Order: sequence, then C-alpha cells, then structure tokens
Amino acid sequence: MRRALPGPGVFSLAPGRAVGAALALLALAAPFLFYPVFVMKALCFGLFACAFNLLMGYVGLVSFGHAAFFGWASYTTAYSVKYFALGPIAGILAGTAVAAAMGVVFGWLAIRRHGIYFAMVTLALAQMVYFVALEVKATGGEDGIQAVPRGTLFGFIDLDNPYAMYYFVLAIFLVGFAIIQRTIHSPFGQVLKAIRENEPRAVSLGYRTERYKLLAFILSATLSGLAGSTKSLVFQLASLTDVHWATSGDVVLMTLLGGIGTVLGPVIGAAILVSMENYLAELGSWVTVIQGVIFVVFVLVFRRGFVGEIEVWFRRRKQSTAARSPVSSASAARGPSPG
Amino acid sequence: MFGAWHIAIPPLPALMAQLLIGLINGAFYAMLSLGLAVIFGMLNIINFTHGAQYMLGAFCAFLLLNQLGIGYWWALAVAPILVGAFGMGLERLFIRHLYHLDHLYGLLLTFGLGLIIEGLFRQEWGSAGLPYSIPDALTGAHNLGFMFLPNYRAWVIVASLAMCIGTWFVIERTRLGSYLRAATENPTLVQAMGINVPRMITLTYGFGVALAALAGVMAAPIYQVSPLMGSNIIIVVFAVVVIGGMGSIVGSIVSGFVLGLIEGLTKVFYPEASATAIFVIMAIVLLVKPAGFFGRAV
Repeated sequence: MRRALPGPGVFSLAPGRAVGAALALLALAAPFLFYPVFVMKALCFGLFACAFNLLMGYVGLVSFGHAAFFGWASYTTAYSVKYFALGPIAGILAGTAVAAAMGVVFGWLAIRRHGIYFAMVTLALAQMVYFVALEVKATGGEDGIQAVPRGTLFGFIDLDNPYAMYYFVLAIFLVGFAIIQRTIHSPFGQVLKAIRENEPRAVSLGYRTERYKLLAFILSATLSGLAGSTKSLVFQLASLTDVHWATSGDVVLMTLLGGIGTVLGPVIGAAILVSMENYLAELGSWVTVIQGVIFVVFVLVFRRGFVGEIEVWFRRRKQSTAARSPVSSASAARGPSPG
Repeated sequence: MFGAWHIAIPPLPALMAQLLIGLINGAFYAMLSLGLAVIFGMLNIINFTHGAQYMLGAFCAFLLLNQLGIGYWWALAVAPILVGAFGMGLERLFIRHLYHLDHLYGLLLTFGLGLIIEGLFRQEWGSAGLPYSIPDALTGAHNLGFMFLPNYRAWVIVASLAMCIGTWFVIERTRLGSYLRAATENPTLVQAMGINVPRMITLTYGFGVALAALAGVMAAPIYQVSPLMGSNIIIVVFAVVVIGGMGSIVGSIVSGFVLGLIEGLTKVFYPEASATAIFVIMAIVLLVKPAGFFGRAV
C-alpha cells in the first residue's frame, strides 16, 4: 500500500501550555536577543511556511509555485508604498489582495490535476510569473524595487525604528497564524483533512472536494502574499529572488524540515533555514548543497520532520510508561511506522 | 509594449531562422520529456533531478575535452554511459527506498538530489557559461536557397529524431519493451514470471538519465555549458509534459517538437511573450483538456 503524504490527524497535536508560554516569551524578547531584521525575516518565512503547510499538510497538495504569491505580493506592496505613497497597512493589504486574486486563477487551473501533475502545474505557472517579473518595467528587472519606505503606522509609530517594526511584523504573523489555526480546527478544516486522507470517499459523502481544495488554495496563496508583502517592508526591497523557483523550493524544505502537517513545524523549519542562510552565507553555493542534503535525509529518514518526530517520541514515552498490557505495547509498536 | 502588435510579416530568412531555433529547442524538449516519460512509466516518480542530469551530460563532455582531450564524438557515447551509471547509483542508493510511499516523496527526494548536484557544480564552476566548440566535421553551413542551415543544428535535429524514434521502437515494438510495458502495468505478475523487476527499474532509470545526458552533450555546443542550464530548461519541459501528458512516448516526442516550434514562432511575432508562451499554452490546455493531449486522466 502506498501511504498518504502527510501523517494522520494526531500530527496536529496542539503544543503544550508550557511550550506556548515559552514561545510567547521568546517572541516578545527576540529583538533584544537577536538582530531584529533576522528575527523579522524568520517570522515572514515562518508565516509563509505555515500558509504553505495549510495546503501541503492539511489538504495533501504539494505546490511548487508558492513563490509566485509571495514574490508578486512583495512587488505589489513595494510598488504601491513607494510610488502611490500608501501607508504600510494599506500597502500590505494591496499585496495580499493581489496574491489572493492570483490564488483564485492559479488554484482554479491547478486543482484540475492531482499529485505530481499539480506540483508541475504550479511550478510552471510560477515560472511564468517569474518571466513576467523579469520583463515588466514596474518590477525593476534585475535591480528589483529598492529603498521601499516603511512609513509610519497609524500616523505616529515610525516603522524605521527596528523594535516598532518588529512588533508590527509579530502582530501580522500572529494574525496569519491565528487564521490558519482557526481554519484547521473548523469543520472546513476537517473536510480538508478528509480530502487528504481519501478524496474519493469525501466525494462519495457528498462533499464538493474541488471547492474545498480551491478555497484552501486561495487561503494559502493569500497568507503567502501577506508574508511576502510584510517581507518587502522589512527588507525595504522586492526582488527577483522572491519569485524565483528556489524560493518555492525553500518553503517546501522549511515545511518538510519542521514537520508536514504540524502546527509549529513550519515556523521552526523556517527559523532553521533562515539562520542557516544567515550564518552560512559566506559558504556560497554550499548552502544549496546543504539544503539538498537536508531534503534527502529528511525524505529518507525523518519524514515527520523535527516537530513530528518529537511528538511521536513523547507519545511513545507516554504509552510505554502507561500500563504495559499487550494491547498498549502493540499500539506503541505501531507508533514508529510513518504515515 | 503595444508596439509589437503591428505585426509585419518578417522576411523569410528571419522567419526560417527563428523556426530553426524553435525546432532545435523542441528537439531538446522532446528528448528531455521522453526521458521523464520513460522514468515515470516505470518508477512512477517525476524525476526532478532530470535537469541536473542534463547539465551533467554537458559538463561531462566539457571535462572530457578539456581534461582528457576526448572529443565530441566519444563524449556522445561516454557521457551518457557515465551519467547513466551515476543515475543507477542514485536509484539503488536513494530512490528505491520510496517506492512504497506517496509519489510526492520521490519528487522531494529528486528535487533535493538536483540541488546537491547543481550546488556542487556552481561552487566549482560559478554561474557563467563555458564555451564548447562545434566538432570540426559539423562546422559550416549549407545554403538551402531561402536560408542558411548550420550543419551542427541539422545534425541535432536528425540525431534527436533518430533517438526519439529509436526509443519508441524499443519500448513499443521489441520483446524487451514488452517486458517493460508489462512491468509498468503489473510488476508483481511480471516478477512472478521470472523477470527481475527491480533490476529492470534500475536500468530504466539509468536509460532515462542517459537520455538526459545525451541531450546535454548535444546542447553543449549550442547553449553554453553552465551549472544553471538544467534548471532553466527543465521547468519548461515540465510544462511540455503537462501539455502532452505522460501517458505515451509518442505524446512526449510530438509535444516537445511542436511546442518548440510554437515558441520559435512567438519569437518572430511577439518576442516579449516568447518566454511565457509555453506556460500560457499550458494554462489553456488545462482549461480545455485537463488530462493533456496524449495523457490518461490523472
């Protein structure tokens, strides 16, 4: 039997309260512990990976073209803030709205195919966006859109202050994260998981799965756009890198690394990858090689990703400390098999 | 942007030159999508390493010439064998562990392998293109009256057509091919008949990879040899595969050549769109014929 791509529903175990409190503290203190732009980058890519995971982890659709939404939203925000003098929030909303519109079109086309074809279709559509970005004058070609002003929030908070900008980005991240959590745990999210596990069965139960998949795709594209828009304000730059296929590959890797279909996995995967790119930058193309090695190792050995493996480890420990009846040891033995 | 809309009929030589470029690109699309189709048929994975393996073929030819003084004609045989053997090693070491899992893991694994190969070559050779000259026997051009046809380009078209037809013949018309098709349909049954299916899978993967490497060698004198040459072309080839469908060998060959020609025509009439033409066609095909022209509904 071929196993379905992401693991079963138990993967989405909510993090414990202690973990939550620790993370909240870390999020508040982070700009004082690390270089703020670095943490903001991690948050943007974390949101991007969570949005991607909504599709890969909860619907089982692997898009290889999410850079299109991330990058084009980034261009839209940079352009509208720089040339139309929009405020930061209006600029981000503009970018997000454009990504949503692209999500409608791309999703409508891509969900006609399944599995690997879906991946190839999204990759090809995103490459089209890349070529458009390369040719159109508004994107600045190889230079990108530089010196994007961050502006002032509500007319009095100057976002050029790195700490103000950080908490603004954190707020955006939390809004996006909350939307994803709400979606996953809603009845709509349950249907998505049903589609992931067995689409023909979901159809037989009377669900119009195409509509659910399209809606999930649009939501994922929109939130990817939100991440891209925010990123363009953080770096004050929108460039071809954002729409390049390598960025699509990065977000797949972040999700795989952290744990497909886990709540916190994509954020952790993003943090790891962003710090890797940050600290290993002088290694040049070795970063690409290391990324490739991570892909290979995680696909072959740790398909659940960091968070997924930790969750399973905890569950197994709990089970083995519980009554050692034959039944519970049998279910514990089933634990390690992936998927 | 709108300037391009007044379409003047271009002079015949210019038109023919662009069509020739289209046909050449089409030859490479056809060879690469054929390799993808052969691998997909047997292994049920989409080989994301294909672009890197095409690049390896070109680099193999480049290194054979510059390090060992081995010329184009030998490279044409040696590079596919070396890269094909390397591919078989990858299949034995990594890919075979994923056959019992979802196809998408194969995609992620081969994507990762491609990143490793490309990253290593970029580290060693940078991103700039390296020149590889046309073999002496094929320099020069013929005057066909309405255009000049460079000999090397004529050779590429003929050789790739021969390669495609040969592959089609082996798979559709020989006993070996019948084993292959049978194993695609029902591996367990074929194994029960005493045929070593895992070895067949390895050889098939090696053959598909060798096809990519052969395309790489042929591409070396036309495009420059660069670590990025594979990832640039392979995404277009994916679109070609979506348009053609991976159901048939003939489908991937025909759609490769036809889309190359269409791309060439776009360059004549509306050059701004030439990079996106194939992707736009893919979107239209998805609307009217979601399974692709030659594909089975998936």
